[in-house]
Amino acid sequence: MTKSNERKLTIARAMAEATAQEMRIDPSVFVMGEDIGPLGGVYGNTRGLIEEFGAERIRDTPISETAFIGAAVGAAQDGMRPVVELMFVDFFGVCFDAIYNLMAKNIYFSGGNVKVPMVLMTSTGGGYSDGGQHSQCLYGTFAHLPGMKVVAPSNAYDAKGLMTAAMRDDSPVVYMYHKGLQGMGWLGTEAGATVHVPEEPYTLEIGKAKVVREGKDVSIVSVGMGVHNALKAAKKLEEQGVSAEVVDLVSLVPLDRDTIRASVAKTGRLIVVDEDYMSYGLSGEIIASVTEHDISVLKAAPKRVAFPDVPIPFARVMEQFCLPNPDKIVAAWDEMQAA
Amino acid sequence: MSPTREEQHWMYRNMVTSRRFEEAIAKIYFEGKSPAFNMANGPIPGEMHLSDGQEPVAVGVCAHLTPEDVVTATHRPHHQAIAKGVDLDKMAAEIFGKKTGLSGGRGGHMHLFDDNVNFACSGIIAQGMGPAVGAALSRKMQGKPGVAVAFVGEGAVNQGGWHEAMNLAAVWNLPFICVVEDNGWGISVAKETASSIGSHADRAAAYGIPGKRIEGNDPYAIFEAAGEAIARARAGEGPSLLECETYRLAGHFMGDAEAYRPEGEKDALFEKDPIPKMRERLLAEGTASEADLDTIEEESAARVDAAIKFARESDDAAPEDALTRVFAA
Ligand SMILES: Cc1ncc(C[n+]2csc(CCOP(=O)(O)OP(=O)(O)O)c2C)c(N)n1
Ligand SMILES: [Mg+2]
Repeated sequence: MTKSNERKLTIARAMAEATAQEMRIDPSVFVMGEDIGPLGGVYGNTRGLIEEFGAERIRDTPISETAFIGAAVGAAQDGMRPVVELMFVDFFGVCFDAIYNLMAKNIYFSGGNVKVPMVLMTSTGGGYSDGGQHSQCLYGTFAHLPGMKVVAPSNAYDAKGLMTAAMRDDSPVVYMYHKGLQGMGWLGTEAGATVHVPEEPYTLEIGKAKVVREGKDVSIVSVGMGVHNALKAAKKLEEQGVSAEVVDLVSLVPLDRDTIRASVAKTGRLIVVDEDYMSYGLSGEIIASVTEHDISVLKAAPKRVAFPDVPIPFARVMEQFCLPNPDKIVAAWDEMQAA
Repeated sequence: MSPTREEQHWMYRNMVTSRRFEEAIAKIYFEGKSPAFNMANGPIPGEMHLSDGQEPVAVGVCAHLTPEDVVTATHRPHHQAIAKGVDLDKMAAEIFGKKTGLSGGRGGHMHLFDDNVNFACSGIIAQGMGPAVGAALSRKMQGKPGVAVAFVGEGAVNQGGWHEAMNLAAVWNLPFICVVEDNGWGISVAKETASSIGSHADRAAAYGIPGKRIEGNDPYAIFEAAGEAIARARAGEGPSLLECETYRLAGHFMGDAEAYRPEGEKDALFEKDPIPKMRERLLAEGTASEADLDTIEEESAARVDAAIKFARESDDAAPEDALTRVFAA
């Protein structure tokens, strides 16, 4: 039953609301990207903006990511606060120079003399058979390279607060939203992502993780869609008498290692769930953050449930075979017990 | 150079086959997706970009190609794949994610590869340009015959990689042709919002190569212009750029509400559907009889039915096969 004061929004609407509210008070904020004008974004996160702010501040671009992301860097250094959209994170290949060599490095190269206040929004994730160039997460790729903050909300409340925080940040923020959480009619949406969102603007601190479920036997750490898989796995484990804690990273850069370490120190066991590729990525980083700090807290070897190191296949059965899911998380717990 | 009678029949046959194929796909695509439309469900999940209305470009160009010539296509590849002679059974099976598909279900509709006819496509805009230029280079270096054609949408010419590839093809004088399918839209963004000039053929001047724009979505005119460009490439005289006006009769992808289209645009486009237009012309010019065309239409429909049946009856891909074929055997 929804309470009368509840205001449930999808992540898409929460992002659009945050952007509109910030644009009303800050004339330097503007949006650029493909299909972000009349269409309102393929993933709905700019819906209604062109009607309120017009085509001068809500700019549909040509399919020219190198140009408009590079342009955002220049505009950001010149007093504007651009929000740009890379429609699918998979498309970073055509424009990464502007992102990691300019957007991410110019503050440092200038010795802090310039600011690069821009937000790069991009959709992530698969699970709906869109093939290997439209389904990736690439969290590790972006988080690996220094100079960009990286956030990835798992629900609409966090989405709004992170969006406002990102627009107010003087450093570049990569805002990775998961398609399966977005609330688009034509794509299934995880119900847990659509939550109460206060109308007034608020910010969420970038770089702060959340314990979204308390537990004492194992810490399941994840981000985005993985948090929902972790919560479902925690329910299943509860039926077996296992108490699982779930940590939502919320931000990947800066990474809130303290919250992760405190959780694992309490539970003694760690499972990392990551929809990104297994190797050289997020899951390894989380485990290293714990083990290099204090390996003695661990009662068992950590486990990871991540996408295997293969391109994302199209066929539903193949893709689902590769993706993390609650059963795989429960199986990781079982293996931990058997070891 | 006008198409011969046989070439005209071939073009009509491939246009009809492509249309029937997409009609079949469109119908099956909605299976399992109602009452609530969810792209993830049904026998054909994922994004689906149909090429209804764009068939003239595929047949006008591919009529001049042999299996040894190379074609790269886009996220909207079915008409070109069919005109290039991609195995229709295996193509259908790939779109269904079946074990018998071109790639065993790993690729899907945006990643169709048929090595037997040198066809490939991919999902990122302008991405086929480099590989087509590279194939043209390879033919030149190996002294092997064949040309390479990159099909792209009009939205792709604003991608940096497009310009780099055009210049490379020109500076190395390669047997390469870029064919721009101008359907007026890149998803919801109209051509005039995205491009600073009206005819992308004018961009050929920047590379010192011939450029031509063909109006009217006319398979005959496209055939003629492509014939010249391809003959030039075969003769070692270098690359060309063609922009063909065409019509996207469907949405950008299936499920697209198309609210961005001006009122009446779709109806006007359907009035100009190139398939009935070509049929009329064939009859008017006496190049084909009603009986000829009925036969072509029946055979095309039967070919499509067989491919769909093959796809439906094939086994699903094996889940664990997802882990194989990452590297060459
Ligand atoms: C580099 C890149 N940017 C954006 C996209 C998303 N996208 C897919 S199709 C499309 C529109 C393409 O328009 P056009 O080239 O005219 O081809 P059409 O869809 O009209 O056939 C866009 C923007 C993409 N696939 N790759
Ligand atoms: Mg187009």
